[in-house]
Amino acid sequence: MTPFTVHTGTAVPLRRRDVDTDQIIPSDYLKRVTRTGFEDGLFAQWRSQGAASGDPFVLDRPERAGASVLIAGEDFGTGSSREHAVWALQDWGFRAVISPRFADIFRGNAPKNGLLPVVLPADVVERLWELVESDPKAEVTIDLERREVRAGDVTATFEIDEGIRWRLLNGFDDIGLTLRHDAEIAAYEAAMPSYKPTTTVTSAT
Amino acid sequence: MAKTLAEKVWDAHVVRAAEGEPDLLYIDLHLIHEVTSPQAFDGLRLAGRTVRRPDRTVATEDHNVPTDSDVITDPVSKQQVETLRRNCAEFGVPLYPMGDAEQGIVHVIGPQLGLTQPGTTVVCGDSHTSTHGAFGALAFGIGTSEVEHVLATQTLPLARPKTMAVTFVGDVPAGVSAKDMVLAVIAQIGTGGGQGHIIEYRGAAIEALSMEGRMTVCNMSIEAGARAGMIAPDATTFAYLQGRDRAPQGADWDAAVAAWSELRTDDGATFDREVVIDATQLSPFVTWGTNPAQGAPLSAAVPDPAAMGDAAQREAAERALDYMGLTAGTPLRDVAVDTVFVGSCTNGRIEDLRVVADVLRGRKVADSVRMLVVPGSAKVLLQAEAEGLHEVFTAAGAQWRGPGCSMCLGMNPDTLAPGERSASTSNRNFEGRQGKGGRTHLVSPAVAAATAVTGRLSSPADL
Repeated sequence: MTPFTVHTGTAVPLRRRDVDTDQIIPSDYLKRVTRTGFEDGLFAQWRSQGAASGDPFVLDRPERAGASVLIAGEDFGTGSSREHAVWALQDWGFRAVISPRFADIFRGNAPKNGLLPVVLPADVVERLWELVESDPKAEVTIDLERREVRAGDVTATFEIDEGIRWRLLNGFDDIGLTLRHDAEIAAYEAAMPSYKPTTTVTSAT
Repeated sequence: MAKTLAEKVWDAHVVRAAEGEPDLLYIDLHLIHEVTSPQAFDGLRLAGRTVRRPDRTVATEDHNVPTDSDVITDPVSKQQVETLRRNCAEFGVPLYPMGDAEQGIVHVIGPQLGLTQPGTTVVCGDSHTSTHGAFGALAFGIGTSEVEHVLATQTLPLARPKTMAVTFVGDVPAGVSAKDMVLAVIAQIGTGGGQGHIIEYRGAAIEALSMEGRMTVCNMSIEAGARAGMIAPDATTFAYLQGRDRAPQGADWDAAVAAWSELRTDDGATFDREVVIDATQLSPFVTWGTNPAQGAPLSAAVPDPAAMGDAAQREAAERALDYMGLTAGTPLRDVAVDTVFVGSCTNGRIEDLRVVADVLRGRKVADSVRMLVVPGSAKVLLQAEAEGLHEVFTAAGAQWRGPGCSMCLGMNPDTLAPGERSASTSNRNFEGRQGKGGRTHLVSPAVAAATAVTGRLSSPADL
């Protein structure tokens, strides 16, 4: 995984709350068996509605081209566990999403792929929206080392799980880290009671 | 120290704990389906890894399967299902494919087989894994990276969640179902209310529910933002499990029941948050908006966004009414639907189908309504047919289908057309969830059946 240390880029203001993963990527795109190439599905419904109405969805406005930070309302990523939502955001070019609150599964999925979920209070998100709406070229810096977001005259610190931060800063692969504890896993398994569920067909009882 | 149910199950699965690091949690049961697993198996192959415990892993085909045919015609869906078959064969994972007697929605077959057991940890690349918490299991949905992690290590590194008690006080009135109970919880605490928490549902109204009702409640914990919901196991739980194919037998059964009987929140244990619901005030509940917290009693009217204090809530409600094609102040009972869907991991079990049959018996589905009744598994289908329920459905004019996720999520041929409106026993009313431009009202099986008869949102009491 690519490490995340400090990232600076322009932003897309998404003034909506409860953005569920069915909106981030509709289920039709989930039939694919690949891990990349999901950018065409990102916000597909809202983008097609915008295109049809002549009022393009914010992602498609020319001044948002090349943006790499998404700034969204509260409860971003609710609903389905589909990691495709993270992949689609990354395939589009996003490195971080800012929101006052993330759904648990999305918040877990994102850093496993190097996408940083940044939790900031609603009033700070409002100031960031105002900044990037008035100046689409305004750059937002996300500094994971200092746990800090800087943009215009906004400087705000954010909390993040220390283990996740450490893995992101170093670009570590979770599975590789866990496999260092193979002996402990084996010891746990050796002590498990015999009534635990078994999925494979064994001899008839 | 006094512990909650969730803390007991968590602590019993910690393989490794270290200061400043997430706990490494052992996973007892890993359920797999075709949508969220292909990239995980690819990851294993790339790294030269194996599935550590195929004997604690089981797969089925559900999201993509058509319910009116044995053949998948969509080439992309077909490829996904064939990929699952290849992966399971290569890595030695047991699979219940389309047409198998045990095939069905992943959250229906786990309990049905007796694999879902009290005090276990259960994961699946599907957010409705919370369903299995009805047995006192710690069960939660995971992403594909975590699916790969569990395949390779049978563990997950996780930060310990907070705990929340949702306590129902008093008994529910007649005609109020488990679905109504959980929709009311979601409306009260919001789509993010349970974020970061494991919910434990408590109180006499919960204890009075059957296992299937408890599964309906726990299933929708994720709609309240909680990754997991749990209910303490009791005599109802043990009676459901005893004799099932993969439930413990003989001496193992006795040892298991002794251990399971300890799985309740200790007196004096504290929750990080407590929510109380007055069960006596509940009534049939339906959603009017585009997230599951946008719901109201069936007896109410479509709410007026202008009356909402919070600006973000108001904007969300305005957007939702626009999408749903609804006007504030319209009585919910006046809302006409085109389609009624009975099924899904929320309400696709035999008791749900019995409730629907009881309402439809001797009645007809309105001419303006298309009604699909979709069993959650092949076993549920056979049971319903043994009881003659399918004849009630077809005599009323409903379509009796094969098992699968069907119209819950728009990944198979069962979808809404743009602008079409449904009353659905599924779990999500998001924009386009049941098909692009489709409009979804979440309801209980009883409300779904009554709505099919009248063509407008109704409860059996209205018939």
